[in-house]
Amino acid sequence: MRRRELLKFAATLPLLWLAPRPFDLFAAPPAPVRGRWDRILVLVELHGGNDGLNTLVPYADERYYQARPRLAIPRERVLQLSPSVGLHYALEPLMGVWQGKELAIVQGVGYPDPNRSHFRSIEIWDTASASGQVLDEGWLARLFEAHPLPAEFAADGILLGQRDGGPLSGKTVRTIALNDPQQFLQQAGRVKPVEQSSPNRALAHILQVQRELTHAAGDLAARLQQAAPLHTTFPPSPIGRQLETAAQLLTAKVPVAVIKVSQTGFDTHAGQLGHHERLLKELAAGLVAFRLAMVQAGLWDRVLLMTYSEFGRRVGENASAGTDHGTAAPHLFLGGSVKGGLYGSAPSLSDLQEGDLKYRVDYRSLYATVMQSWWEVAGPEIVGPDYPAINCLA
Amino acid sequence: MPMSFQDARHLLSRTGFGGSPADIRALAGLDREAAVDRLLAGVGTAARTSPPVHVLNALPPAEGMKGLSVEKKQAVKQERREDAVELKGWWYQELLTTPSPLTERMTLFWHNHFTSSVHKVKWPTLLYHQNALLRHHALGSFRDLLFQIAKDPAMVLYLDTQTNHKDHPNENFARELFELFTLGEGQYSEIDIKEAARAFTGWHVAAHRGGGFAFNRRQHDDGVKHVLGKTGAFGGEDVLAIALDQPACARYLTAKLWREFVSDEPDAREIDRLAAEFRNSGYRIAPLLRGLLILPQFWAPETRGALVKSPVELLVGTIRLLNLPISDTTVLTKYGTRLGQDLFDPPNVKGWLGGTRWITSATLLNRWQLLQRSLRGADMGGPPHAHAAMSEMHGATWIMEEEAETVQAVLVPVPPVNPIPPGIDRWQLVRQLVMDPAFQLK
Repeated sequence: MRRRELLKFAATLPLLWLAPRPFDLFAAPPAPVRGRWDRILVLVELHGGNDGLNTLVPYADERYYQARPRLAIPRERVLQLSPSVGLHYALEPLMGVWQGKELAIVQGVGYPDPNRSHFRSIEIWDTASASGQVLDEGWLARLFEAHPLPAEFAADGILLGQRDGGPLSGKTVRTIALNDPQQFLQQAGRVKPVEQSSPNRALAHILQVQRELTHAAGDLAARLQQAAPLHTTFPPSPIGRQLETAAQLLTAKVPVAVIKVSQTGFDTHAGQLGHHERLLKELAAGLVAFRLAMVQAGLWDRVLLMTYSEFGRRVGENASAGTDHGTAAPHLFLGGSVKGGLYGSAPSLSDLQEGDLKYRVDYRSLYATVMQSWWEVAGPEIVGPDYPAINCLA
Repeated sequence: MPMSFQDARHLLSRTGFGGSPADIRALAGLDREAAVDRLLAGVGTAARTSPPVHVLNALPPAEGMKGLSVEKKQAVKQERREDAVELKGWWYQELLTTPSPLTERMTLFWHNHFTSSVHKVKWPTLLYHQNALLRHHALGSFRDLLFQIAKDPAMVLYLDTQTNHKDHPNENFARELFELFTLGEGQYSEIDIKEAARAFTGWHVAAHRGGGFAFNRRQHDDGVKHVLGKTGAFGGEDVLAIALDQPACARYLTAKLWREFVSDEPDAREIDRLAAEFRNSGYRIAPLLRGLLILPQFWAPETRGALVKSPVELLVGTIRLLNLPISDTTVLTKYGTRLGQDLFDPPNVKGWLGGTRWITSATLLNRWQLLQRSLRGADMGGPPHAHAAMSEMHGATWIMEEEAETVQAVLVPVPPVNPIPPGIDRWQLVRQLVMDPAFQLK
């Protein structure tokens, strides 16, 4: 989506946001708002299970090279961050962010009794459940139910890319899917606002989505009309385009708590080397462009970007020059308020469980960090009391 | 009990793509069981649309892709992309013209159960053969279908059975066999998966021999395996039989069919009863579906209009009902994708989640945009001809011939959300109802 076209569209739309919000007709009197909702979370889902060992490489450990005769990243190509670990060479663009102390890497993120099914494991991550516990609602959906966002927010979350809402899936959460903002504004401008609901749950769902649409479109159009243009060039990859749209929305000051983007293709069962390199290259280029756009908009201190993925991959490579579903993996926090550095500790390559890494940091600690340290709302009711926030935010 | 017009409408919209007043009247007046039996008797085992010849002939090169020049590889890939579009258009053609919509609804169901994606399998011809297999067994025996799909070349490639070797088992197929194809989450352990994967070692397809299934004894692990409480030097077929022996398998399939055809709230007691019959019958699908369609729950007032039409059901149903002009069915693949359902390309092995998940802010907008466009008189398969008179372009003469009440009963399963303005003409009524949220329901 080119910004100029977006503006042209926005200008043609009625200012629906001036009308009273249809939600207000249903909602109880709003609870007093708590939380630093001026701060934005950008979630980057690495779909398929990113290979942690070839992302943050334990280059000093001979066992890594023994386990991966064909797939190991040669020591001399690793971008060393510490005497024991370093980044895949394809992540070179992130080295500036690392040196600027705006990149925190949490090592060995996982959970007890790991599940190696894509669907089940991402469901665990999405709902912040224990391995054997099935929860229906995403962790952010439950958070926003317990701590509603300010009434003027266009939506709780904006969903970009091809993946589902994940943590933003739930009964009451307002998520807007926005793969193509131009098309969205054009079409949503024609949708009638509705007020009624229905005892038929399928119909009630459709009407709810319809209400969210008319509200979000009105707000979005109004803000995009007034936004300053981006001066950053984003890479043309799918993740680059999504991060560009995210940057446009944030620059336009669209009030939203979460933007979720996704990069697919991490399920590298075969022929991993070149494929994974390309994915990491695209990711790094997209992240660096996003950071620059946010710095230029004066928003970088108010943005926290976090990666996640359903699991890492097995320590040993398979016979197809790929890796199968594994367990723990490192994840990234980026932002102007991040205290850069390595957190947690690298999982041991000698103390494995059925050939898999043992996790060092429970993934729910990442969520506790977001809830407690970033948004400054309680979190234990969402993840339980056992998962401390990581001290990686200034 | 003899069916009313509304009953017959409900049955057709749940087992097919809806029906015109004539289709509905052909069933109304029959007993429910007789109507269900008639639909089941009309089921076919092969598509009527002639096969996409070019797709069929495009086999993997005998010498493999590795030896080809860069240019030649590019050309092969481009050809495969075009073949994939042709294949999708071929299925849409069958969906639009089949005399047995139930056959296609069940083929779609199995496509979303035994998923394979052309994106990963790469050779559209293999997906065509898988589609024929799914249709052949669509209402036959689940046991036969399972045994054949496990050796289906597209499946072998899709779930990496191809690289499942004695010394390096690949668990992908074994995992999905239990989790998605037979038992469902929670009915097996990680150890069952690892052991089962060993039983399928050596199964592969010989791409250079036209993509057929083959068994490589040297890559097969013939040791003893422990799977779901059974012990033996199992091969892959033994594991399939062990999975089918589990009562959980029949329950899992029955509940999935319930959600597809009845409602999103399976009744546990009825599931147990129907599942036991399903298992005892040797997994015959047609009697199970019959059992579901004659349940009081299927006919209950609260079940009417309680499911969301899938993108394919919306597109195919609307085109069939309004007799919309389609000059090229491959265009429908683009529309399906925009609505969240790209045939032969499910998002992952779990398939499309369906139900209310079909409706997101993005897909709802796209649904309305496509419907609006089709009502403007655009050829859904070509460029829009703005403002063509609707009455000229459609052969759906029932719209003018029927009473307004009947038109409404045909188009929406529940009363429309938006009140019908008084004094509108018949075409305005059609537009009003097609654009109503209730039109999204079946």
